[in-house]
Amino acid sequence: MIERALKGGVHPDECKLTAPSPIENFPCPERLYVPLQQHLGRKARPMVKKGDVIAKGQKIGEADGFISANIHSPVAGKVKSIDKVMLPNGVFDDAVVIDVDQESNSVAEPTWPLKPVDDLTPDDIRTIAREAGIVGLGGATFPTAVKLSPPENVKIDTLIINGAECEPYLTADHRLMLEHTDEVIRGAELVRRAVGAEKVFVGIEKNKPDAIKKFDGILKRKDGWEVVALKSVYPQGAEKNLIKVITGREVPVGGLPFNVNVAIQNVGTVYSLYRAASEGIPLIERVVTVSGDGVKKPGNFRIPFGVMAREVLEHCEARFGEIEKVIFGGPMMGMSIKGYDVPVIKSTSGILCFVKAVRREPYGCLNCGRCVEVCTLHIAPTRVVKLVRAAKWDEVKKAGIMNCMECGCCAYVCPSKIPLVQWIRYGKFMLRKMEAQR
Amino acid sequence: MTEKLYVSSSPHVLSPEDVPKIMRHVIYALIPTVGGAVYFFGLRALAVIVLCGAVAVITEAVILAVRKKKVSTIMDTSALLTGILFALTLPPSVSFGTAAIGAFIAVAVGKQVFGGFGQNIFNPALVGRAFLQAAFPVEMTTWVPPRVLQKVDAVSFATPLGGFKFSHLMTSHTSLFLGSVGGSLGETSALLIIIGGIYLLWRRYIDWRIPVSACASLVLLSAIFYLINPQKYPDPVFMLFAGGFMLGVWFMATDPVTSPVHPKAVWIYGAGIGFLVVIIRLFGGMPEGIMYSILFMNALSPMLERFTRPRMLGEER
Ligand code: SF4
Ligand code: SF4
Repeated sequence: MIERALKGGVHPDECKLTAPSPIENFPCPERLYVPLQQHLGRKARPMVKKGDVIAKGQKIGEADGFISANIHSPVAGKVKSIDKVMLPNGVFDDAVVIDVDQESNSVAEPTWPLKPVDDLTPDDIRTIAREAGIVGLGGATFPTAVKLSPPENVKIDTLIINGAECEPYLTADHRLMLEHTDEVIRGAELVRRAVGAEKVFVGIEKNKPDAIKKFDGILKRKDGWEVVALKSVYPQGAEKNLIKVITGREVPVGGLPFNVNVAIQNVGTVYSLYRAASEGIPLIERVVTVSGDGVKKPGNFRIPFGVMAREVLEHCEARFGEIEKVIFGGPMMGMSIKGYDVPVIKSTSGILCFVKAVRREPYGCLNCGRCVEVCTLHIAPTRVVKLVRAAKWDEVKKAGIMNCMECGCCAYVCPSKIPLVQWIRYGKFMLRKMEAQR
Repeated sequence: MTEKLYVSSSPHVLSPEDVPKIMRHVIYALIPTVGGAVYFFGLRALAVIVLCGAVAVITEAVILAVRKKKVSTIMDTSALLTGILFALTLPPSVSFGTAAIGAFIAVAVGKQVFGGFGQNIFNPALVGRAFLQAAFPVEMTTWVPPRVLQKVDAVSFATPLGGFKFSHLMTSHTSLFLGSVGGSLGETSALLIIIGGIYLLWRRYIDWRIPVSACASLVLLSAIFYLINPQKYPDPVFMLFAGGFMLGVWFMATDPVTSPVHPKAVWIYGAGIGFLVVIIRLFGGMPEGIMYSILFMNALSPMLERFTRPRMLGEER
């Protein structure tokens, strides 16, 4: 085991209230709303129509191109319609509405060959990732198959398994690492084989000592594998940060991990990959942390995609009416949703409810430099935002705005309560728009 | 069942630090220095400080009201802080009228003319001070001895820096450090200033690089001159603790609004202040140079910032 710490970043109250709560299976409701856009990239094309009877695990949305992902039905049932639902980002988009048949136990045959996992070749593993609709479950939801296919001339020497879970409140990855240690390691082994890495690091923050102990107990006897105990700092789990902390390498601006010969996968992702490979179950559900002072019964739940937040929160005895804010994801990077009728999708690591929403009353910039100090990408947010506000677009671009990962550290720490991330998003939006017009 | 959810941009949690809190703590950090002013120069010192604080706050409130801004932001206490800091730069014998004019100028011209909080280029307290220096040069350079030294002939009394410059008189390091010397209300005791400064460093409300780089450059440069000719030039410790250097470096140069944020720029900014102070003190017409040094580096700060953007993670340069 080795120890590492991220320089910069912030450390908000961890509030990991649900760390001791074992993962529970969420009771499947009568109806699911399974969106076709649950990932980064192109929306999946619907493969079913109204009235179709479908089996659990059946592919209902087909990946549209390389950067896209298949969508599967989490349940057996009947397609009621294809309708618009509100996604966590507030945009309305197509979803397959399924009336669940609680009696039926029909399960679809996987669309990939089921073999003993030890016999799977790198190509098999990529096929499984693509067919099973696996995407990065750490939050970015980038299609995993793409990440497992580095360019031919690139040699990946290091694989990092990301178990940092540095967002406050979230404990889904923590529970997964504790309760499914073996599956996570086997999933990591599949990724290792697919990308051909010699060295595997499992990065876990020290606020999860039990998980560190469990992994170290197994991995210290495994050649080339190592647990990295990380001092708890946000945003250590961001890819570029974790790569820098563990390997010392800096992913070039605008580049990807493979540029520095590294592959990186979240624990939830490798777990799902393993389940797809060993049991033939595509990505149809995930572990979600439900927490915050707005729910009476917080916990970690395995929830099928397409369950509405309303149903999740009813189950957790939310104080509807008192709640001011609901967040999909963590409090630093998550999205606050407009209403309760938003379905759980592949990116939903948590649903957090707060009785009191934090409201900002911005001052002028004090020029205190705190935002500069905490930005782990060294973007100098105060200057970028001043340039955005002055609409000096050339300079905005040169200042590196497109590199910002919107981790939120700068806005968190700002004593003037300036919504820096919002300004940065606006700046990026304007630049993209101008680029498109050109 | 109300379903109105509050929607806002991430992050959804904010740190407990805010502007009013920071300003408040800087004022707390000035308590030892204010106490020292009263101890060395009597209750009149307190009256000057209270007056300047009040004028500053009223000026700010009136201007905010006229500009139709939220007057409640007066509660951020930044105007009060400006008033107090300004008062601490005044000679103890200053008249109440002069002090009030200066405090008004500090807030009105030093801060609000530029657009208010966070917009000003120059340290407002020093703008007020510089104005008085130009308008009332004699009053601004008339010094009285601290109460502990009342026996001294008060008419021809000089500050340690003035004494050195014009009559080559040396003041003991101990008196300089403790503060039983002549000078502006808040500048005489290095000890009390440093106590406040360390408090601010500990709370991380000021950038440590500023005092470190300013002191280091002042000591280094004055040591060079001292080694060349110890008869003609004062020693570095004298330079460090005499005059307004300590007050300026810990409480004015560190003003976030008017100092840079990029680490490299901060080093240059601090070092520049130390450098200029030595040059002005040793070769200029005035005995003290801290005020102009800080104002000059304030003016330079936006440019320093432009050329010192930090290297981004993974950026090739
Ligand atoms: S943290 Fe806020 S107040 Fe401080 S420099 Fe950055 S934007 Fe300005
Ligand atoms: S500028 Fe972007 S990357 Fe840097 S702290 Fe702010 S949100 Fe994070």
